[in-house]
Amino acid sequence: MSVRATATITDAMTLIDLANPTRFLSLTARLLPWLAAATAVLLLIGLYQSAMAPDDYQQGATVKIMFIHVPNAWLSMFVWGVMSLAALGTLVWRHPLADVAAKAAAPIGAAFTFLALVTGSLWGRPMWGTYWEWDARLTSVLILFLMYLGLIALWRAVEDPSRAARAAAILTLVGAINLPIIKFSVDWWNTLHQPASVMRIGGPTLDRAFLIPLLVMALAFSLLFITLHLAAMRNEILRRRVRALQLMQAAQVTQASRRSA
Amino acid sequence: MTALAALIRRDIRIALRVGGGALIGVLFFLTVVVLMPFAVGPDLALLTRLGPAILWLGALLASLLTLDRLFMADHEDGSLDLIVMSRIPLELTCAAKALAHWLAAGLPLIIATPILGLLLNLDAASTSAVALTLLAGTPALTFTGMIGAALAVTLHRGGLLLAVLVLPLSIPVLIFGVAASEAAITGPLPFGTPFSILCALSLISLVIGPFAAAASLRHGLD
Repeated sequence: MSVRATATITDAMTLIDLANPTRFLSLTARLLPWLAAATAVLLLIGLYQSAMAPDDYQQGATVKIMFIHVPNAWLSMFVWGVMSLAALGTLVWRHPLADVAAKAAAPIGAAFTFLALVTGSLWGRPMWGTYWEWDARLTSVLILFLMYLGLIALWRAVEDPSRAARAAAILTLVGAINLPIIKFSVDWWNTLHQPASVMRIGGPTLDRAFLIPLLVMALAFSLLFITLHLAAMRNEILRRRVRALQLMQAAQVTQASRRSA
Repeated sequence: MTALAALIRRDIRIALRVGGGALIGVLFFLTVVVLMPFAVGPDLALLTRLGPAILWLGALLASLLTLDRLFMADHEDGSLDLIVMSRIPLELTCAAKALAHWLAAGLPLIIATPILGLLLNLDAASTSAVALTLLAGTPALTFTGMIGAALAVTLHRGGLLLAVLVLPLSIPVLIFGVAASEAAITGPLPFGTPFSILCALSLISLVIGPFAAAASLRHGLD
């Protein structure tokens, strides 16, 4: 099996070939070290540039939180997009690899969302004078975080992976439709309840001195997500194989004990 | 069409019978509203100000509480399998079941609202505004909640998981429901703007809910 798989790696790979879990495993085994190295290099460059970026005339050094905060916030939404694509794969083609992709992405997305919330509130403490403000953006990210946690709870509630995958896929797609509606409602709610007194980060035009480190960090964090996601998918595939082997073993033991009885 | 009407009639009849439990929702609604003054104090002016929010929260929780009956009872006695196998499109059947559920469990909440408004010191105009927003908004709660109910029945899990999945999805309805009631009572916003968005939310969930619930039942029951 593995010999055939490595042989096809050298051939032209198509998307269909990738969908075979064994080929996926052998390809990602080759890709992952490179991806991890690229992520590390980009993160180092980005962090160095962020540290060297000038202080903002209003926000001082706290503006540097933005270089961590914005990539996390952007990924918190991007990961839901990835899960929605995987959910389509689950519902339309019923492909196990799509199930694995969706399941592996959920905790990573929740972690990015959590980091966006934490860095946001750390920035808010010196800027707004409070860790938490019912600001529209903060609130909608918090709801996104709740939905990630609900999705993870759904994954963990069911033992049969394919059954859980289909339920989670439907919830992911419903969430993808509802998240823009929730975002819009929260924006509306906030402008109704509060005067626009809250200062917004950045502003319409961002200086090049801030923009370039921000873009590097965004790229680094995106690569970090891809690396973590592929690694988590590998782990999940292996975990399922272990589970299948354990089930087979248990079945053999029961059969043997029945025969001896 | 006659099949759908028969299904609606059957569901309402079962819900209103002994053991149906639809009217327990109203009792729960009443209890939540009665609990509120114990938490915030018997200050009538404060209760008037919080009134629409309390009524909306109570209605939201009450409609959530009755949701897991939507498919669970039919699943237990096997009639859900017959419904899924029937020749009527499952989306239509789901919509009919949700409509029946709303008629049996949602409408009584709205009828109870004027009495509960008295307890919260709301005048007639305010109470009717809240009742009107509940009339426009609770279908959205039922039809979005149906997705959670369908997921819960295919996973054989109910209760807390259902609440955790459904509550974030109902945030827009809560926002615009309370906003419309408060616009009618205190202003300065015109009542029409949030109220028409609330109606729009109900219409959207009328479309999304049956399709997502039917997909969940089709993929999940095997």
